[in-house]
Amino acid sequence: MSNGGHSDDVVIRVQGLVNAFGGKVIHDHLDLDVYRGEVLGVVGGSGTGKSVLLRSIVGLNHPVEGSIKVFGTEMVGMDPDELRGLQLRWGVLFQGGALFSSQTVAENIQVPLRRYTHMSQELMDEIAAMKLALVGLPADTGQKYPSELSGGMVKRAGLARALALDPELLFLDEPTSGLDPISANQFDELVRSLQQSLGLTVFMVTHDIDSLRAVCDRIAVLVKKKIKVGTIGQLLQDSDPWIHEYFSGARGRAALAGV
Amino acid sequence: MRNRPLAAPDESLADLRLERRPDLLRLLPTGEWNIGQVPRLDVMLHGLQTERAREAEIDASGVSELDTAGAWLLLRTKNELEKAGLRVRGVQVPQRYLPLFQTMEAEHIAGPVRGAPPGRGLLNFLERLGRGTSHALGQGYGMLGFLGRITVETTEVALAPRRELPLPAFVKQIEETGVTALPIVGLLAFLIGIVLAYQGADQLRRFGAEIFTVDLLGVGFLRELGGLVTAIIVAGRSGSAFTAFIGTMRVNEEIDAMETMGLNIAEVLVLPRVLGLVVALPLLTFFADVVGLIGGAVMCYFDLHITIPVFMRELQQAITLKTLLVGLIKAPVFAFLIALVGCFEGLRVERNAESVGRLTTRSVVESIFLIIAFDAGFSIFFSILGI
Repeated sequence: MSNGGHSDDVVIRVQGLVNAFGGKVIHDHLDLDVYRGEVLGVVGGSGTGKSVLLRSIVGLNHPVEGSIKVFGTEMVGMDPDELRGLQLRWGVLFQGGALFSSQTVAENIQVPLRRYTHMSQELMDEIAAMKLALVGLPADTGQKYPSELSGGMVKRAGLARALALDPELLFLDEPTSGLDPISANQFDELVRSLQQSLGLTVFMVTHDIDSLRAVCDRIAVLVKKKIKVGTIGQLLQDSDPWIHEYFSGARGRAALAGV
Repeated sequence: MRNRPLAAPDESLADLRLERRPDLLRLLPTGEWNIGQVPRLDVMLHGLQTERAREAEIDASGVSELDTAGAWLLLRTKNELEKAGLRVRGVQVPQRYLPLFQTMEAEHIAGPVRGAPPGRGLLNFLERLGRGTSHALGQGYGMLGFLGRITVETTEVALAPRRELPLPAFVKQIEETGVTALPIVGLLAFLIGIVLAYQGADQLRRFGAEIFTVDLLGVGFLRELGGLVTAIIVAGRSGSAFTAFIGTMRVNEEIDAMETMGLNIAEVLVLPRVLGLVVALPLLTFFADVVGLIGGAVMCYFDLHITIPVFMRELQQAITLKTLLVGLIKAPVFAFLIALVGCFEGLRVERNAESVGRLTTRSVVESIFLIIAFDAGFSIFFSILGI
């Protein structure tokens, strides 16, 4: 991982981002750089706009002001056709998995393949089975419907769909929420190993301090409508009371005991 | 922009060279082995002939790009060559893609699992027929059970003074199913009145019996059309809303939450809707009758030059209070059917989005079917009674 800060290595560059809903300002001139090949964890209290930040970057939310560049392309005010070119290069795992409930898991994974490539059904079936194996799901999961899966399996299937087109950039919205600690650990390990073997850049919104420690290279904390970025070691030295409380509270201390 | 390939299938982007030596087949992939090129490479690899080779080697060290889809093709080819009886010496990939390739190799990726293909033939047809019949009977049985439950609940609420009907919910249902339906019911009844008068006038004019258009309108609308049209509109409007609303509550586990709190689903969700609609639909039907007759009168005035006083006098001779009541008496029955089917199907929703859509459609189709079937039943019943 190189944190040289050269513009070539910046995958996401957010500058002066302002988001407001009904007069309430969520982000006030927020800046953030995400570098190629890193795993960035985004944390913050409830209502600080972690998901809004993610949604702004992938174009689901239109900011009031500011600039968001993904792969060097300006996202704000982009027309839908241009956006499509970028959508091929990233995958998004939503909080609830967001699998299409009327389709089997295999068909879910094939949705982006069908949309953007011309391949035979046989090859699509093979690729779906391959993605399932990659995220650690048994081969027969492909025939099942999302309603037949457990919470952890839904997240893995959602990840398989997000990886369908071999994206360079992966967005994860609270990937371990709602999972038991063992499944959460396994999911963290999965994200880490996929990130390393596929060379992904990962933008991960999370509440889970264990995930931060296990997976993330750097952590971005949303405080006072802005963002502070650093490694866990750097953030532990920070004077901000929320950050201090977050990492030094009982849960934080337990999770960071090994650091 | 639909179904645009990831990249134009340019021959130069990815390729597969073959080197054949007496016993050895060497596969030399070059270029970008990524998801954009994979469909074309897949076709090439399927056409691969091993001929007399007994050993194979895949040397992919020349690829400029490799992703999981490309790596899958390499792995699959290796497996297929082995299955064909060749000894595969191994797969070389560039150093930077080694972690990716090793991860995938370690997963021992099996091929896709395919479900049994849908069967054909007579036996399969019989099986589906049987399933369909048993499903339809089960549906009828379930609905009958639901009817019984609602009847028991209604009686209990009516008899027990302490268990009062949830009045605000009841009033809200009357507003939602009745008051807000006034514009659409009125508009459609007016238009149907116009159409009926026009068609009637056209036919009756041939016999010089234009004046009987008024009789046709009065009897037709009050006895049959008013009630039928209103019930069908309300089935599409409120019956579907009941199913979708209760179904979405089921998806969100709200119904389960109610049950754990000891709330009675039938009392909280079903009763206000059933009773609200039973009150609202007869009122709506009366409204539709009046507006439909106005529409007819307007058409009679412009098409047949029957003035309003003449229309009124003729109408008075053609219909009696009984004509109106025969039409109106059916409305509460229709209302009961619509609300019962709507709530019943809503409670049967499973926890997925597709189920909400499927059962909402079914709810509307079933209630319209029942409305028309019961209307036919009423007609027979009334003719036997000589009404």
